[in-house]
Amino acid sequence: MTLEILTPERKIFSGEVYGVQLPGISGLFEVLDKHAPLVSALKDGKLKILKDKSNTVSYTIQSGFVEVLNNKATVLVEGAVEN
Amino acid sequence: MSGALKEVRNRIKSVQSTQQITKAMKMVSAAKLRRAQDAITQMRPYAQKLQEMLSNIVSTSEGDVAIDLATERPVENVLILLVTSDRGLCGGYNSNLIKLAKSLVKDKYPSQLAAGKVRFLPIGKKGYEHFSKNGFKVVDTYWDIFTGLSFEKVQTAAQYAMNAFANKEVDAVEIVYSEFKNAASQVYIAEQFLPVKKVAETGSRKKSDFIFEPSKEVLIAELMPKILNTQLYKAVLDGNASEHGARMTAMDKASDNANELLKSLKISYNRARQAAITTELTEIVSGAAALQG
Repeated sequence: MTLEILTPERKIFSGEVYGVQLPGISGLFEVLDKHAPLVSALKDGKLKILKDKSNTVSYTIQSGFVEVLNNKATVLVEGAVEN
Repeated sequence: MSGALKEVRNRIKSVQSTQQITKAMKMVSAAKLRRAQDAITQMRPYAQKLQEMLSNIVSTSEGDVAIDLATERPVENVLILLVTSDRGLCGGYNSNLIKLAKSLVKDKYPSQLAAGKVRFLPIGKKGYEHFSKNGFKVVDTYWDIFTGLSFEKVQTAAQYAMNAFANKEVDAVEIVYSEFKNAASQVYIAEQFLPVKKVAETGSRKKSDFIFEPSKEVLIAELMPKILNTQLYKAVLDGNASEHGARMTAMDKASDNANELLKSLKISYNRARQAAITTELTEIVSGAAALQG
């Protein structure tokens, strides 16, 4: 699936990934390939990109949203720092 | 005679050095303008997606969703966000914005103005200086946002406006800024910030069966402040780009004017120089003639 992470200041990430872990407002969840359309609010926390099954990159994000549609996840956050 | 010559020479020198400054400022502004435009382009996808998400939610929900930030109430207190620049020498940019803010208040909120219930929140030093010097009520916490401009700083200002609205300290928030069209032209606009205007459904978007997590109401409540943050951020970025655009054109004109001035100064300099030579020659010739007798 495709993942895009956008902030008001710039595009943080864009590319093909295996899945992504997100800090949902009511709990951590994971979006994998061919997820059903979803809109969810995110709270401050850690976002983890699973590039493949063993390779991960994590970001500390501020609150925001995620939209999943047609196998494309778009994460909108007000700030994100890689760590 | 040589006194006049020297005077003109000095003026030429001073005009030349002024022109050098205006040329340099123009170049600096051009570079900064590029960066400011980049910032706007960087922000655009985020803003678009946010709007899209909102219309997604609104179009799939039946009936109106009550949003606190969109409820209209009788207007008693008004807050005006005014985006100006920190520095001058950019043509009519700042004075136009200040004028627009004032005429907006005069036309739209005359009774509130008379009762002293209009507050200004200037962003940018020029607007801050003007309004605090002229005895308006000013919120003076956010005027220096342009030093080290970042989304976070803008966000705090937007947050302030939203809190004031939520606590019923103000009943309407307007935002006055200049939209960036191109380097030569800015459009000065006043926009309603709060209460949020009703979202118009954007045509026939294909409705997808979204899972909303946690619920639409919560999502909208979360989404609203984010959209407002972005709206103010856009205004600030637009203002920034407009400032540099305005300064570029102003400095370009100033350089042109300096050229004109130099041309006419050079003509009068040469005229004075020739006149001096002519008198000198006449003196010599007539002196020689007198000797020959």
